[in-house]
Amino acid sequence: MAKKKRSVVEKESVVVKFVGDSGDGMQFTGGLFSDSSALAGVDIATFPDFPSEIRAPQNTIAGVSGFQVHLGSEKIFTTGDMVDVLIAMNPASLKSNMKWARKGATIIVDTDAFSDKPLEKAGYKSNPLDDGSLESYHMIKSPITTLTKESLKDLNIDSKTAERSKNMFALGMLYYIFNRDPKTSFSYFEKKFKKDPKVVEINKLVIQSGYNYADTIEVLESVIQVSAAKMEKGRYRNITGNIATAWGLLAAAEKSRRPLFLGSYPITPATEILMELSKHKSLGAKVFQAEDEIAGICSAIGASFTGSMACTSTSGPGLSLKSEAIGLAVITELPLVIVNVQRGGPSTGLPTKSEQSDLYQALFGRNGECPVIVIAASTSENCFYYAYMAAKYSMEHMTPCILLTDGYLGFGSTLFKIPKMAEMPAIKPPMAKPNDPDYKPYKRDTKTLARQWAIPGMEGLRHRIGGLEKEDIIGTVSTDPMNHQKMVEYRAEKVERIADYIPLQEVYGEKSGDLLVVSWGGTFGAVHSAVQNLQREGKKVSHAHFHYIMPLPKNTGEIFAGYKNIVVCELNSGQFVNYLRMRHPSASYHQFNKVQGQPFMINELTTKFNQLLEEK
Amino acid sequence: MSEFVNMTIERSNVQLSKTDFESDQMVKWCPGCGAHAILAAVERVFPKIGYRKENFCMVSGIGCSSRFPYYVNTYGIHGIHGRAAAIGTGVKVANPRLSVWIASGDGDSLAIGGNHFIHLIRRNVDVNYILFNNQIYGLTKGQYSPTTPMGKITKTSPQGTIEHPFTVGELVMGAQGTFFARVPDNNISLMTESMFEAAKHDGTSVMEIMQNCIIYADKAHFDVIGKEVKDENMLILKNGAPMLFGKNNEKGLRLGDTGMEVAEIGKDGITVDDILVHDPYDKDPGIHTMLAKLAPPHFPMVFGVIRSAMFPTYDDLVEEQIKYAKETSKIKNVDDLLNSGDTWEIN
Repeated sequence: MAKKKRSVVEKESVVVKFVGDSGDGMQFTGGLFSDSSALAGVDIATFPDFPSEIRAPQNTIAGVSGFQVHLGSEKIFTTGDMVDVLIAMNPASLKSNMKWARKGATIIVDTDAFSDKPLEKAGYKSNPLDDGSLESYHMIKSPITTLTKESLKDLNIDSKTAERSKNMFALGMLYYIFNRDPKTSFSYFEKKFKKDPKVVEINKLVIQSGYNYADTIEVLESVIQVSAAKMEKGRYRNITGNIATAWGLLAAAEKSRRPLFLGSYPITPATEILMELSKHKSLGAKVFQAEDEIAGICSAIGASFTGSMACTSTSGPGLSLKSEAIGLAVITELPLVIVNVQRGGPSTGLPTKSEQSDLYQALFGRNGECPVIVIAASTSENCFYYAYMAAKYSMEHMTPCILLTDGYLGFGSTLFKIPKMAEMPAIKPPMAKPNDPDYKPYKRDTKTLARQWAIPGMEGLRHRIGGLEKEDIIGTVSTDPMNHQKMVEYRAEKVERIADYIPLQEVYGEKSGDLLVVSWGGTFGAVHSAVQNLQREGKKVSHAHFHYIMPLPKNTGEIFAGYKNIVVCELNSGQFVNYLRMRHPSASYHQFNKVQGQPFMINELTTKFNQLLEEK
Repeated sequence: MSEFVNMTIERSNVQLSKTDFESDQMVKWCPGCGAHAILAAVERVFPKIGYRKENFCMVSGIGCSSRFPYYVNTYGIHGIHGRAAAIGTGVKVANPRLSVWIASGDGDSLAIGGNHFIHLIRRNVDVNYILFNNQIYGLTKGQYSPTTPMGKITKTSPQGTIEHPFTVGELVMGAQGTFFARVPDNNISLMTESMFEAAKHDGTSVMEIMQNCIIYADKAHFDVIGKEVKDENMLILKNGAPMLFGKNNEKGLRLGDTGMEVAEIGKDGITVDDILVHDPYDKDPGIHTMLAKLAPPHFPMVFGVIRSAMFPTYDDLVEEQIKYAKETSKIKNVDDLLNSGDTWEIN
């Protein structure tokens, strides 16, 4: 075939979403597309959007599964608000995703799937492909299933297998639309299905057919080109927040020379951390899938007593179950990393949707005076760094640390500049020395107030710890009133003093101005993009995004004093803002909250910020 | 008692004695409590086991039993209610070179901690579990527990309990237990012997101690272990010996058509050869399960080591998988991991 000269349109950023039935392979297709984009040097952020049911009834709205990819030739911070290119494999997926499609968006549909029954199941009264309701979009109506079967007819395979490959046909079309070489994904199949050449052949053929078809019918006037982004030099990979969290924990264990122990119980959206660490026994990771959440954390506490870098991973409901045991780790002053991949609550809530509503629980959700370190990651890739730092501070200061991520970060992916272990910060837990005649279980370092970590097996250091209040220094059981007060204060002060070790809070923008936008955790991308937009318009807006929550950075109050207005944005009803009101009462705060199980949209943030700027 | 060596746990190079394990803490159990005997047995058996004293680790939950770690001079962690099995699992899996001993009660193990108890046993984690069964909640002052007999009047059952109690041994067998021993708190030599056998056993060793709570459930076990009835109501098992009981060993257990039967030697031509011979090492739990369930009035209750079967332990399998992974995986450190799979250079 003679190569046609194609017209190409350059785009700085494009959002693509693959949607279909749970069984249509949308996650897989989206993954291949985003990997090929990353290999082309484009900055990417991805987010899977799937139901909590594994296979809800076919062709229903409940069964729709989606995968969104944001491509950028500039640094991008979110997985994108509105969709530019939508691939909908059935009526239900089209119906449930139209609200995310930008006016004028390109929409590819498989017309074969738009028959009476699926239309009815999706709740369409008439066929949207014929009734004119989609006139303001660029519709590409293709009989994808028929074409897929047609392309495979020489291979003599059953029609079900052929039909299952329709997602690869759509992928081929997308490669044409984005001016990519369809062969990008071939190597994946060649590697993955080495022993099954038939599978490789089918997929290659279908992808190429999809590409050729799009080329032949010239689906778009111009194909889209998203050029390679200008990124810092180095080696890169694509990574989800949950994998990054798991790897950050492995890295901290290696650096600290403390063996990794994870005691955990499967729970959406945190399970991947447990699954990922199970794969890395070659690094000595001991992973215990417990009988419940409580056994997960309790086994970790046992392992911590025994000298392991102990962790437990969970989501909100699991954190509730672990509350009592966190108290045990606090009073025994043992290191422990508790990862909470937040989801919508209360109770079972919205298991696959993201929220920041466990902050109060992380800060306060235990009996007694029970302070812990609270750290929050803000991007999928920096889950690695903050998991590492959570382990570092927990071990060096001998107190548990809760690391907050969320489903959006955990499932979503971003590009990750691969660090070198030699360049990661040192981790030096306060290990006791065998036969140290001065060892006492609750004797403290004068600077950090951390006690020493003496582990079973060490000669000359036999001692008992436990959940009953302990006598200062010697660690025997004590009910003495003044001793209790002293120990409560020590445990609180020990956590507060970590402010001397964490970095100062950074501000993006001027140190003073009309408005300071404050956020924390997984909302970074949207909030940062919104602030950037306003700054480009010349508005005096700055952004402070918090990663260290308990304790707060030492310069927090000083930063707040520089602005006329402060607005705290979070995906809950105002938990961080109330915490700030408590810790820094002299500042006054506006708040912007959303509790819908959905991330912030950049435009709703800019609207709010503009409103505050106008009020004055 | 010297054939015993667990190669993974380092042995003491000096002969230890009881004093090496005595704590300087005041023992605060009530005078006359059965727990004192358990403490005495532990102090007696630890030096005999012969591990370095730093390699013992006591773990407990909450309750009278669970103060145990404070009263023995070893490494110890006093946990939270019901969770000793989970904490102990973490200790043993993290460091299999420790001899882990869990002290727990009937409420701690079988009510609030029931889930951890059965899963510990199912996994066969190599820990020794001393279950102080006094059929009552002692520390909270006298409420019924999962082992309190039906109908018993307690502080929370003023008209008598309406719950069917657990038989500890039956639960252990149901959870695929590999070791179960039952001993009364008034027989220290049997207790010490069973503890030693428990230590020898690789896997979860559950020892149920029929312990007397002198305050809230006094003499609860006396209809079995009381002086007047014990000859008829107790059968102490010995490896390789026929299962005999009675004042003059004139009775024994045999397998009838419908299950276990009590047979009288000399009656209807029955001889000792007709009586079942105890084999605690039998992998098949059938007979062991039947034995664990027996109770008066129609049968004696069975004591001693009922089951001690060899199966792989969880902690050994963990170590094996790690060893295999280390030998075969290309990923030797975190730098390898970070650079594995699809990565690319940007210049």
